[in-house]
Amino acid sequence: MSLSIEDIHKIATLARIELSGNDAEATLGKLNGIFGLIEQMQAVNTDGVEPMSHPQECAQRLREDRVTESDRRDAFQRVAPQTEAGLYLVPKVIE
Amino acid sequence: MIHASLAELRAALDARTISSVELATLFLDRIDRLDGQLNAFITVDREGALRDAAAADAAIAAGTAGPLTGIPLAHKDVFCTEGMLTTCASKMLTNFVSPYDAHVVARLREAGTVMLGKTNMDEFAMGSSNENSHFGATRNPWDVSRIPGGSSGGSAAAVAARLTPFATGTDTGGSVRQPAAMTGVTGIKPTYGVCSRYGMIAYASSFDQAGVFAASAEDCALVLTAMAGFDERDSTSVERPAEDYSREIRADKPLTGLRIGLPKEFFGEGMADDVRAAVETAVEQYRALGATTVEVSLPNAQLSIPAYYVLAPAEASSNLSRFDGVRYGHRAAEYGDLDDMYRKTRAEGFGAEVKRRILVGAYVLSHGYYDAYYLKAQKLRRLIADDFAKAFEACDVIAGPVSPTTAWKIGEKSDDPVQMYLSDIFTLAVNLAGLPGLSLPAGFGAGDLPVGLQLIGNHFDEARLLNVAHRYQQVTDWHQRRPALAE
Repeated sequence: MSLSIEDIHKIATLARIELSGNDAEATLGKLNGIFGLIEQMQAVNTDGVEPMSHPQECAQRLREDRVTESDRRDAFQRVAPQTEAGLYLVPKVIE
Repeated sequence: MIHASLAELRAALDARTISSVELATLFLDRIDRLDGQLNAFITVDREGALRDAAAADAAIAAGTAGPLTGIPLAHKDVFCTEGMLTTCASKMLTNFVSPYDAHVVARLREAGTVMLGKTNMDEFAMGSSNENSHFGATRNPWDVSRIPGGSSGGSAAAVAARLTPFATGTDTGGSVRQPAAMTGVTGIKPTYGVCSRYGMIAYASSFDQAGVFAASAEDCALVLTAMAGFDERDSTSVERPAEDYSREIRADKPLTGLRIGLPKEFFGEGMADDVRAAVETAVEQYRALGATTVEVSLPNAQLSIPAYYVLAPAEASSNLSRFDGVRYGHRAAEYGDLDDMYRKTRAEGFGAEVKRRILVGAYVLSHGYYDAYYLKAQKLRRLIADDFAKAFEACDVIAGPVSPTTAWKIGEKSDDPVQMYLSDIFTLAVNLAGLPGLSLPAGFGAGDLPVGLQLIGNHFDEARLLNVAHRYQQVTDWHQRRPALAE
């Protein structure tokens, strides 16, 4: 398998990372090298093997549905790039 | 005092031979004097350290000191520290002053430790050489033209150079064990779930686990006992009674009858001659200590590289989507609409390797490729975990190399991700299976560079693993060798 430059642009769009033309070319070469390594997986027969998503396969803990956290909005928003009246500011998304 | 063990520091503090403020000053001055050569620290917090130390001195005077009260440490900059810069060595977080402490940080704070600062690392813990840092590479104290290993390279280098008596790290694919091996210190990654991931900036959540670097297994055991413990804020934190990880060491448990498994796949091709010689000599030493060795097999171990480099980037691509310039961290100065803000912020904030892993992860999770890559890798993960389960039927611990070579030159592999990934061959399988692993100094290779021996235990077998390392350190002095830094 070999990725194309279109694939790179498509993944970069999915990942929300801007890539210039030069960066995309360099990334293509590196990613094709990495996928060359990854392709080794395909040589192994894994029919009937149960996928393992996690080293501990236990059920999620449940807790009572009650408030346990205190309000720390000011502390958390102090590290935000732009806030106003307790809200995070982003460019307008709805006209 | 610089070279003292944690037990010796405890005794000196309790006997008032030295105060915690004096001890902190000793290490802070040493950092000032020597870290220019190493770049092991991103942030040094003299003021905070002296404040912690004064509080520790008060606790010692009041008779309320615990085993670690008044002892300095450094945290890998992946751990959130309240009121202090927490960067993950990324441009993305160069302005992030954490509003809270990681659980591990809080535990060690409550234990009365004195935080000297935050150590350098590969950006978001992605790397095996500590070169992927926005703050520049960390250098190996044994040879400053070489890498210290990664991703917790700053912590390893700081402990090796005695800029701190111990330091925390994280190990997602070998990031405690490999730098420990390359800098000649002892490092342990416990079983997945033993230390809480709360406040530990996530890379690959089903692999990430906190660990510790110190001069000996005895020191590591004391620190791990303080760090570990159930935390309800981490959904994968294991609910088990608190453990004293020093108990087997203190009981002076001999190794007679211990069965050490030697995976034939670890002793085949792919290990440099000098590493092989040191590892085989260490295994011989274990036989002299009364252990028996048995050949075991991990037939799918070589597949841990592709499996890991699918699964970890997949998890990373999801975890790192939180860095979008909205709630914290870097935001691009100029942008058009919201989507453009995301793209520019992330293009500017992430380094090359982090971007590569996010892109690989986005690809293997994307429509049409999920089964061929992500699901396939999860199946291989099962095969690898099953291999270990089978091997542990025939042995108590597994021994082998940590890294195929000693520390390489800075720049040697930095432009070649595939070569870099291949160097993780002996550490990744442990993370895929969630097992505890440890690296201990086992001699020196060509150019007087440290070689580590890896010991792998079954789940939750840390106390035994630490004792097995300790017994070796009772009859060898590799862990007491120190690099000669220009003063």
